[in-house]
Amino acid sequence: MGSITLKQVTKSFGDVNVIKPLDLDIKDGEFIVFVGPSGCGKSTLLRMIAGLEDTTSGNIEIDGQDATDTPPAKRGLAMVFQSYALYPHMTVRNNIAFPLKRAKVAPAEIEQKIASAAKILNLGDYLDRKPGQLSGGQRQRVAIGRAIVRQPSAFLFDEPLSNLDASLRVNMRLEISELHKSLATTMIYVTHDQVEAMTMADRIAVFNAGVIEQVGTPLELYQNPVNRFVAGFIGSPKMNFIDIPTANDGAHSIGVRPEHIKISNDEGMWAGNVGVVEHLGSETFLHVHVEKIGTLTVKSDGDCPFTYGDKVFLSAAQNKILRFDKTGLTLPSLTEI
Amino acid sequence: MAITSSHKSKLIYTVLAWTISGLIFFPILWTLLTSFKTEAEAISASPSLFMFDWTLENYRDVLERSPYFTHFWNSVVISIGSSLLGLLIAIPAAWSMAFVQTKRTKNLLMWMLSTKMLPPVGVLIPIYLLFRDFGLLDTKLGLVIVMTLINLPIMVWMLYTYFREIPSEILEASRMDGATIIEEVFHVLLPIALPGIASTLLLNVILAWNEAFWTLILTAANAAPLTAFIASYSSPEGLFYAKLSAASAMAIVPILILGWFSQKQLVRGLSFGAVK
Repeated sequence: MGSITLKQVTKSFGDVNVIKPLDLDIKDGEFIVFVGPSGCGKSTLLRMIAGLEDTTSGNIEIDGQDATDTPPAKRGLAMVFQSYALYPHMTVRNNIAFPLKRAKVAPAEIEQKIASAAKILNLGDYLDRKPGQLSGGQRQRVAIGRAIVRQPSAFLFDEPLSNLDASLRVNMRLEISELHKSLATTMIYVTHDQVEAMTMADRIAVFNAGVIEQVGTPLELYQNPVNRFVAGFIGSPKMNFIDIPTANDGAHSIGVRPEHIKISNDEGMWAGNVGVVEHLGSETFLHVHVEKIGTLTVKSDGDCPFTYGDKVFLSAAQNKILRFDKTGLTLPSLTEI
Repeated sequence: MAITSSHKSKLIYTVLAWTISGLIFFPILWTLLTSFKTEAEAISASPSLFMFDWTLENYRDVLERSPYFTHFWNSVVISIGSSLLGLLIAIPAAWSMAFVQTKRTKNLLMWMLSTKMLPPVGVLIPIYLLFRDFGLLDTKLGLVIVMTLINLPIMVWMLYTYFREIPSEILEASRMDGATIIEEVFHVLLPIALPGIASTLLLNVILAWNEAFWTLILTAANAAPLTAFIASYSSPEGLFYAKLSAASAMAIVPILILGWFSQKQLVRGLSFGAVK
């Protein structure tokens, strides 16, 4: 079991409200990702769930039991930190055994659990090494191993891949997703990287300035963002926003994703000149300067022929255009009206 | 060109370092040399650096006239005892200042340090009266207490600095792993901070070993450490430079040897911080 419920939870540091009253239901076995820009409160909330930060008001329930004032060790949760937080003076074996020794588990059982974790995480050859002798990826695996052996009701990951290089990050992302499938344990994962969020999550909670802007599946957030912030945060490259102050149907701006803009050399809604072109092999990102609108990012095929300075025409797929009111809330699309 | 100028600056720094080291070491060298001179040569108007009649007479005299090993033992007990007692108090204090900070922590640390700025003579009378009333005059226990109190601010500061280098996430991880505060300190904090703790201990042993003001005032025959023993060679009848030097040499050699053997540990402790 590993359901977690947050009821009107808040956190203040002095006069600063870092987390404003917030409700969230995390289901047993769910992989939920907290995503948002730096300083939005996502890590603070994770630490509050872990018990490492006090809760200013509200309740945190774990498996239906109030755990607001329960010490971290008694919450049955395991946490993997951004900096791995391994014990540098202990071998990998002792690092993994540490929580089991604290729980007074029998030595034979400890050995068996270490062997099992080492097998799952491919750490068998490194058990007698110290963290300083391991690579970043191996250290992160040890940190996960230390979490696994406790058989927690939920795993908490605090930006665990931030210190890894790009290729290792992709591998570890897959490994964590695999782990979630095989353990079927609740996982709460904090990241500022929306690609991690989109690829790993069952559900994503998008944070901004201490509030959750929207909770939903990756596709829900991508297709139906509730406001301009979520629309801009989810999706890569970012959504293009165009202000339309003269509109009379309540919309103050529209948003269109780079992949929903068609680029042509003879006809379209907007005329512009190609700026920087980023070739990624399988796809191309073009930054097109459109007069009176600004720069629009367009996602095209890998063999896109346009180069810097070319005059082009852009057209947005009508049914993919999002409309926002003056407060940034999403309005019903024109096709729904 | 760049290589030449880097060589030149290296040479300048080397010469500068040796000059400063020479200046610092010279009084110690002079003391050691004087200890092998006769009293007449020691006060000669035209002293010689090496060309004199070398004698061990002063050392023999000092060992015959005074119970050197009693003073040595007193020094050992006072310096090590006060350093260990200090650590016992400073570790939890530094832990709380480093990891459970409040907005007053910095002020508290500054206040603690400010006590080191007070001339010891300023608190001489109250401490003397307290020691007299509690029967602590001329006792090793009394000196252990006073040395602990004197060096505590430095110990807390040093340990605080070392502890701040340890990522708090490591301690939080241990808390998540079910460690109590005591387990967190003994299984995680202390082993990681060991180089820092060892250098704090060593530095305080050296400071306590060399402390002369309080030892001269608060001890007589029973608890006098080596610093008081040296001072006994400065008597109303006059200064016996050669014997005073021999006594000084015998007082500083043990701590010099300790410092020599532990310098690696000291340097490692002072450059602590590679735990991330």
